[in-house]
Amino acid sequence: MTDFTMNVGDNGVAIITWDVADKSMNVLRQESFGELEALIDEVLGNESIKGAVITSGKDTFAGGMDLNTLGTIRENAGDEPAKALFDFTMMGHTFLRKIERAGMDPKTNKGAKPIAAALPGTALGIGLELPLATHRIFAADNPKAKIGLPEIMVGIFPGMGGTTRFVRKMGFMAASQYLLQGKMVDPKKAKAAGIIDEVVADPVAAATEWVLCASDADLVKPWDAKGYKMPGGDPYHPQGFMTYVGASAMVNANTWGVYPAAKALLSACYEGALVPFDTALKIEARWFTNVLMNPSSSAMIQSLFINKEALEKGANRPDVPDQTVRKVGVLGAGMMGAGIALVSAQAGMDVVLIDTNQEAADRGKAYTEAHLDKGMKRGKVTAEKKEAMLGRITATTDLNTLSDVDLIIEAVFEDVGVKAEMTKKVEAIIPEDAIFASNTSTLPITGLAEASVRKDQFIGIHFFSPVEKMALVEIIKGQDTGPRAVAKALDYVRQIRKTPIVVNDERFFYANRCIIPYINEGVMMAGEGVGLPLLDHAAQLLGFPVGPIQLVDETSMDLGAKIAKATMAAMGDAYPKSIADDVTFWMVDEGRLGRKAKAGFFDYDEKGKRLGYWEGFNQKFTKLEDQPELIEVQHRLIFSQVLEAVRALEAGVLEDIREGDVGAILGWGFMPWSGGPFSWLDIVGAPWAAERCDELTAKFGDRFTCPPLLREMAEKGQSFYGRFGPQAEKAA
Amino acid sequence: MTEAYIYDAVRTPRGKGRKDGSLHEVSSLSLSTTVLNALKERNNLEGHAVEDVIWGNVTQVKENGGCLARTAVLASDLDERIPGLAINRFCASGMEAVNIAANQVKGGAGKAYIAGGVEAMSRVPMGSDGAAMAVDPSIAMDMYFVPQGISADIIATEYGFTRDQADQLAVESQRRAAAAWEDNRFNKSIVAVKDVNGLTILDEDEYMRPGTDMQSLGGLKPAFKEQGEVMPGFDKLALMKYPHLEKINHIHHAGNSSGIVDGSAGVLVGNKEFGEEYGLKPRAVIRQTAKIGLDPTIMLTGPVPATQKILQDSGMAISDIDLFEVNEAFASVVLRFQQAFGVDPELINVNGGSIAMGHPLGATGAIIIGTLLDELERQDKEVGLATLCIASGMGAATIIERV
Repeated sequence: MTDFTMNVGDNGVAIITWDVADKSMNVLRQESFGELEALIDEVLGNESIKGAVITSGKDTFAGGMDLNTLGTIRENAGDEPAKALFDFTMMGHTFLRKIERAGMDPKTNKGAKPIAAALPGTALGIGLELPLATHRIFAADNPKAKIGLPEIMVGIFPGMGGTTRFVRKMGFMAASQYLLQGKMVDPKKAKAAGIIDEVVADPVAAATEWVLCASDADLVKPWDAKGYKMPGGDPYHPQGFMTYVGASAMVNANTWGVYPAAKALLSACYEGALVPFDTALKIEARWFTNVLMNPSSSAMIQSLFINKEALEKGANRPDVPDQTVRKVGVLGAGMMGAGIALVSAQAGMDVVLIDTNQEAADRGKAYTEAHLDKGMKRGKVTAEKKEAMLGRITATTDLNTLSDVDLIIEAVFEDVGVKAEMTKKVEAIIPEDAIFASNTSTLPITGLAEASVRKDQFIGIHFFSPVEKMALVEIIKGQDTGPRAVAKALDYVRQIRKTPIVVNDERFFYANRCIIPYINEGVMMAGEGVGLPLLDHAAQLLGFPVGPIQLVDETSMDLGAKIAKATMAAMGDAYPKSIADDVTFWMVDEGRLGRKAKAGFFDYDEKGKRLGYWEGFNQKFTKLEDQPELIEVQHRLIFSQVLEAVRALEAGVLEDIREGDVGAILGWGFMPWSGGPFSWLDIVGAPWAAERCDELTAKFGDRFTCPPLLREMAEKGQSFYGRFGPQAEKAA
Repeated sequence: MTEAYIYDAVRTPRGKGRKDGSLHEVSSLSLSTTVLNALKERNNLEGHAVEDVIWGNVTQVKENGGCLARTAVLASDLDERIPGLAINRFCASGMEAVNIAANQVKGGAGKAYIAGGVEAMSRVPMGSDGAAMAVDPSIAMDMYFVPQGISADIIATEYGFTRDQADQLAVESQRRAAAAWEDNRFNKSIVAVKDVNGLTILDEDEYMRPGTDMQSLGGLKPAFKEQGEVMPGFDKLALMKYPHLEKINHIHHAGNSSGIVDGSAGVLVGNKEFGEEYGLKPRAVIRQTAKIGLDPTIMLTGPVPATQKILQDSGMAISDIDLFEVNEAFASVVLRFQQAFGVDPELINVNGGSIAMGHPLGATGAIIIGTLLDELERQDKEVGLATLCIASGMGAATIIERV
């Protein structure tokens, strides 16, 4: 394996080219550090070499660290994983510092060899941290290139000097948007922000030119020069003080305190700002190690990066030839249909948007137009793009226009009869090999497929609302759904750049199956007299985007009543009636339907803005004198969902726990820091979870009964990823 | 057991803690020596008369740095064999100095101490000494650090105090302070601040606004609403710590919070033999001292658990206390004390408090002990309790009894 090659030109400038053979974008692996270091040693040691330019053999520079590397180091480190990770990180710092100092005399800051970075395109993570250690960064004038340090998005933070160098380059205040939010910018903006130095047509040529002319003074970083002062002040400078006080508060408030990486990053910035540069790097390495050792960070990397990507790349796609969708027919131009039309047209597909009257169909298309107008206002959409996209959508009432579609997505009224009628009518028109998908959220697919003459081509594609924003799509296999339908659905989801999970057909599929008990538990507690603010805050303090009470108002009380009635009808005497039903039906009777009625658990103003919790609720359902402990409320909220996820796995609704985890985070915002319900159970351990189930069951009822699978795993000391993860499959 | 007695207590008047305040021209050192010299002169403390000077100060940087206690001893007329100990327990520093002195005396470590403190808030502003608690993420985030004004509003929200209640307390503080000055009730302990030539710079509290009424306070905007709701949103942190609350009710403003002022105070504490040796008559015995820590987010409810502890440790009941000084850091602090113990408001802060006269952080604890003693004597009552809330979630209390 050779990731780095070096060519020394007649001018004495060494061009080091990074080109990882089996990857579309460079990623840094553990082994390649040594490779690059040997080349740098050659540059510094060989008198005939004047300096070096580090560039890439691809049209991008690098995408970052190979995230598997960190896991491998931890796993191979035996009893001392923290030491192995710290040593690895310090080795990285020492090496990057070698580039930065480049043989400079420590006293006079003279005698270094110039080393520049030439970025043809995107440079992220370590792909930017390496250039940051060089003396000057040249980037190609490529507006599509992304430059930044997005580590925080997967639950870690820039740990190869990026944190320390950004803070020292631009000050903590300016650096925080890149470090804390993972903001990425194009080269011109990166130059304006002081992240890179030059934007040029030919970065290698410009960098080479610069290397030949660079003076001693050009090679000294501000923080290595005498009299360096941190921009914006250090934490005990009056200005810096306010910044750091505000940062801790803001990060805590914005994240509800659940992301260890954000905390560790702030500590690395704060502690690092109080000491000289090399000490700051050591501190950065200690906090970086701390984050890597936190089970939350590995769970986040696993779910939000590795597993999410695997699912997007078709980890569970049947071995069927390419099923790329060319033309899609969307039945029903309501909110869901309009959104589906939008994302499909956005992905370059032709769309036929059908409704029963032309006005409704046009309204559905207008949704895309409004979306594009918003984009134009923000300068993200051109007039040409708008025209082209609108041109791809045909809004009509004429079913005959569906004669050449290859995929139907049905999003009509949630009624078996209505859907059956549409299925029959449309199947008579569409090509025989077209796939028919229903966007139902509540009706079993197998039942809907009854109306189809081609049951193997019938499938569920369940979108979340609003379609253009939600990243998850749930694909549901009915009893008779065939592999080509699954492949078609997966290829379609890949085209619209969303993340798919494939599940089997049972009541409420996967996502809603878990969300409903969560909402129910919240409503139940409200009925018991637990304070409404405590219920929402308890969930938010776990990292849920909205608490159960607010969620009811968003999804509407009458939907809850409808689901409750349907479930009662389906389950008969087995239905576990609870105070949640009393609350639900009473609220419906009172007209407190939620935001749409401008009255629910909350009061709203005319415009539908939430004002505060409705006082009338606790006049009916009296607030408990002794409120429960926060942790008890939280456990009820977590277990109501997690146990349902385990039951979905037991029932075979889920075939892959990765889908259970990724789907939970993307579908309903399940505690992202935990990596998902199964990762969470692995973090807390099956024995603890089983014991807690028993306690909750004793106190609150049978819905918390430990599922047999979890009980068995507790007894055997197993973890979900150990038993069901992709590694386990390989081992088996 | 050896008892610790209060022989004397003095204080400077409090100057507005601003650039146009009368004491802005006076250094912390000079404010300190004013008090030390007064105690020496009033009590004939010639020679190695006291074991130590324990001096509270909350911002120990710049002119307050380098052990101001020792510097002040050397700059005063006291004997150079008397050392000096600088301490910081935030707003209770002056009280803690007295309490430490009392307990040293009780334990036999010397016959007498001068204890007190100083704060020149116009010269060395609050917070200028930095604070890891606020700025180091490893503690600030875990503790849900919020500024004190937010804490005071959390108390109001949690315990249900209204803006009107807080304003009424403020109006009453102003009324009582004005009446006390009118009636010369502070004469026993006030020491004028003078210049190098003996010319008087300030001889009465200048922060007071006599005539303050509900209407004049009603126009003031809540001072901590923006901090709480906008930049950077400290209310959210309060709700994270107190998730049962829906939102924070911001009731405090400059008129019902303590004033920023400059000032100094000192107490002479000694055992029986000391009094006999110097011919001094003990005015009160320091019965009990207490300090306690609590949740740093609500931060300022310390007077309640500190009082519970001191009562328990001394075997006394709240009804055994004749008069109270509860530092008026914020109106809600005193309201919470009244609520928790059901004490008659007439017995608390009889001569007004920090809302009317100001709160020179490092000195206040010593000031209120002196004020309490003067008032016990004036009313000819026996037992008094002084207590303060303290930053970072602490509380302190002292019980004195006339002898």
